[in-house]
Amino acid sequence: MSGNNLNLKLKIWKQKGPNTAGSFVNYDVSVSPDASFLEMLDELNDRLERNNEEPVSFESDCREGICGTCGLVINGLPHGPIPKIATCQLHMRNFKDGDTIYIEPFRAKAFPVIKDLIVDRSGLDRVIEAGGYVSVNTGSAVDANAIPISKDVASEAFDAAACIGCGACVAACKNGSAMLFVSAKVSHLALLPQGYPERFKRVEAMVKVMDELGFGACTNTYVCEAECPKGISVKNIARMNREFINAKIKSKTVEV
Amino acid sequence: MIKLDSKIPDGNIAEKWTNHKFNLKLVNPANKRKYNIIVIGTGLAGASAAASLGELGYNVTAITYHDSARRAHSISAQGGINAAKNYQNDGDSVYRLFYDTVKGGDYRAREANVYRLAEVSGNIIDQCVAQGVPFAREYGGLLDNRSFGGAQVSRTFYARGQTGQQLLLGAYSALARQVNAGTVKLYTRREMLDIVVIDGMARGVVARNMVTGEIENYTGNAVILTTGGYANVFFLSTNAMMCNATAIWRAHKKGALFANPCFTQIHPTCLPLHGESQSKLTLMSESLRNDGRIWVSKLKGDMREPNDIPEEERDYFLERKYPSYGNLSPRDISSRSAKEVIDEGRGAKGQEAVYLDFEDAIKRLGRKAIEEKYGNLFEIYQTITGEDPYKVPMKIYPAPHYTMGGLWVDYNLMSTIPGLFVLGEANFSDHGANRLGASALMQGLADGYFVIPYTIGDYLATQKFPSVTTGHENFKMVDQEISETAEKLLSIKGKHTVDEIHKKLGRIMWHKVGMSRNAKGLAEAIEEIKELRKLFWQDVIVTGNGEELNQTLERAGRVADYLELGELMAVDALHREESCGGHFREEYQTEDGEAKRDDENFRYVAAWEFAGESKWKLTKEPLEFEYVKLSQRSYK
Repeated sequence: MSGNNLNLKLKIWKQKGPNTAGSFVNYDVSVSPDASFLEMLDELNDRLERNNEEPVSFESDCREGICGTCGLVINGLPHGPIPKIATCQLHMRNFKDGDTIYIEPFRAKAFPVIKDLIVDRSGLDRVIEAGGYVSVNTGSAVDANAIPISKDVASEAFDAAACIGCGACVAACKNGSAMLFVSAKVSHLALLPQGYPERFKRVEAMVKVMDELGFGACTNTYVCEAECPKGISVKNIARMNREFINAKIKSKTVEV
Repeated sequence: MIKLDSKIPDGNIAEKWTNHKFNLKLVNPANKRKYNIIVIGTGLAGASAAASLGELGYNVTAITYHDSARRAHSISAQGGINAAKNYQNDGDSVYRLFYDTVKGGDYRAREANVYRLAEVSGNIIDQCVAQGVPFAREYGGLLDNRSFGGAQVSRTFYARGQTGQQLLLGAYSALARQVNAGTVKLYTRREMLDIVVIDGMARGVVARNMVTGEIENYTGNAVILTTGGYANVFFLSTNAMMCNATAIWRAHKKGALFANPCFTQIHPTCLPLHGESQSKLTLMSESLRNDGRIWVSKLKGDMREPNDIPEEERDYFLERKYPSYGNLSPRDISSRSAKEVIDEGRGAKGQEAVYLDFEDAIKRLGRKAIEEKYGNLFEIYQTITGEDPYKVPMKIYPAPHYTMGGLWVDYNLMSTIPGLFVLGEANFSDHGANRLGASALMQGLADGYFVIPYTIGDYLATQKFPSVTTGHENFKMVDQEISETAEKLLSIKGKHTVDEIHKKLGRIMWHKVGMSRNAKGLAEAIEEIKELRKLFWQDVIVTGNGEELNQTLERAGRVADYLELGELMAVDALHREESCGGHFREEYQTEDGEAKRDDENFRYVAAWEFAGESKWKLTKEPLEFEYVKLSQRSYK
């Protein structure tokens, strides 16, 4: 096996905590091309631990590209060089022997570093808490087939709902904007009849919290869509803008 | 010896839950906010429970080790969720879902619990749709269904190949709404390390703040564990990296009985191993078996490419052995059949894998239809293996996936510790010795949305709660134990890494407490696990310190618990001298190699009470079958 291994130079961002300065640390690794990117880091950490050296802190959980826990900037790109996958789905066969790989955390004003490659993305949850739901208590639902929804609409809502909340869109954006993330939820619920009654209140509340948390403005560079592991479309941002303007015109609950 | 009271209500099975709900005591709406309920875990069961209890007006504390409540491993469930809606007019009913589930579980589940599960299954779909879960629909705008293993009706609702994600995001949104409303306080990046029992009641938990390392105390009137299963005891499983048994194991050591620990599910359709560095196994949804055909070569050691093997030299072994269920035979049977043909030396190109082939389906339905149904699964496969499943058959192999065993609970989902409730995969209740596909999501949400909101009220309304603060000596004792354990782990500074020992444990479990088991292997496994546990506590290396974010320390604590739980799994498997569902004892099989149950001697739930290191006392809860006739499961 080791004959086919890739020998790589890793330059990994190490940072003790949010208020300390970080820097790149060099590591040499030899890894099977069949291994995943995170398995390479597992192997590195196993070696470091064996030598009683501090391992590299990074997050991951499902390793199937769906939980949204993992997220590394690899050679400058959130989730690495292959489009439409999360970091955990990146495999080493996409690299060449002798490559140097830069590994950094997702960087954004609203994502402070906790340690090494781990950042605090809880701002995204705060935005959802502001209104990213349908207000329906358990037990009060009507029969699931009582309201037909056309296949196309359901499918479009699904495309928006497929967001995994990883924050790559924020990390990719030069403004640190969360517009793709927020608009995906706004679109998902605005498209469905169940989300319709609260649509204006929802978009206003979510945008307000998004702005308060220090996420930047959208300047339509579309890099968020390019880096999104689920291919969430920037059309959602257009839809959110429309919802927002409509809300401002029609809503009676707006604070001025 | 603890006496188990399952609290199954009297009366006809179809009326038990209705009558029980009426007989349960209620908590006055104005009094609900006076009760604090701690929910550990925010997967399907936890998020749905916390949200529903918050809506009712209780004060809820929700704790998760993730950075967000949206990450739990429920999110990875692909295929779907069962419900007895009978929208397809194909003969489904609550009774049939109940019947299929009891039979699928090889008659080792409680009838009353399973019936209730089937009964509320329809409400789950209604609730999820109301939340905005974008289930698959027909052109007429109504919900679509597909079939899953162990059923001859189409009762599985799905959202492409991401049903778990969409259901979890629905529950997460309901939870977020309650966080906003102030009824739920959500604590992320905290790992529960123990429960605190005061005057015989669960009154709080102790958790480690995973960012600062601080040990934090939480008090409550009741504690709900929704922390999932323990398949990661095998190291390689389809579970997420952080899934662990710590919460249920420490509750077990505080007095909660552990039921049927040996009942583990090995899922037939996972991606095969690629090498030593492999960190986990990836599941390919069972829904693929709707259209994919499973086969191997008829010849031993056949090294030809699959597309070069002519039709007449292929053995579609599930279709051959089980003509009426074919490729949709239940998981335990499908996994074992794959193991059999591989043991005969007929694995795909000599590897530990069988083929899952879509050639016929693509010919019949067209590539576009297959793309629509399974597109994302095919993409996952290609990303991981580098092979195109539209052209070359997939290679699959069984992998540990789900654990039917868990903490013993009564009909109210309460464990043997008063005030400690256990929901979802963490309890043992509904799936017997084998879970049917698309039933885990159903159970998690049934427990959280529709069972616990009723049953916990009865407990709260009937107890007197002396005031308890975090200054109580039992909290201090637990805090100290936890700090001492961490210090011990950090001070050993031995030669073996945590992962290395975990991998060794995984190999013991896979080979001797895995898909097929025998008395000799199990006895060996028990000794080997003890040895390995000794090695761990003498010679493990855990870097860093306890007062910081320390992922090695987190993993060390979890592996320490697996090293005890693994032993109990082997003890349970050794004691159960029969084969049933996922528990296959080689000594007990029919002439044609099927699981042979012993209903006379083993028709019971084995509930184990912790009695010190390597010591357990067994209590049996006999299982009565009034409605489903016990028979040898046949899928032929």
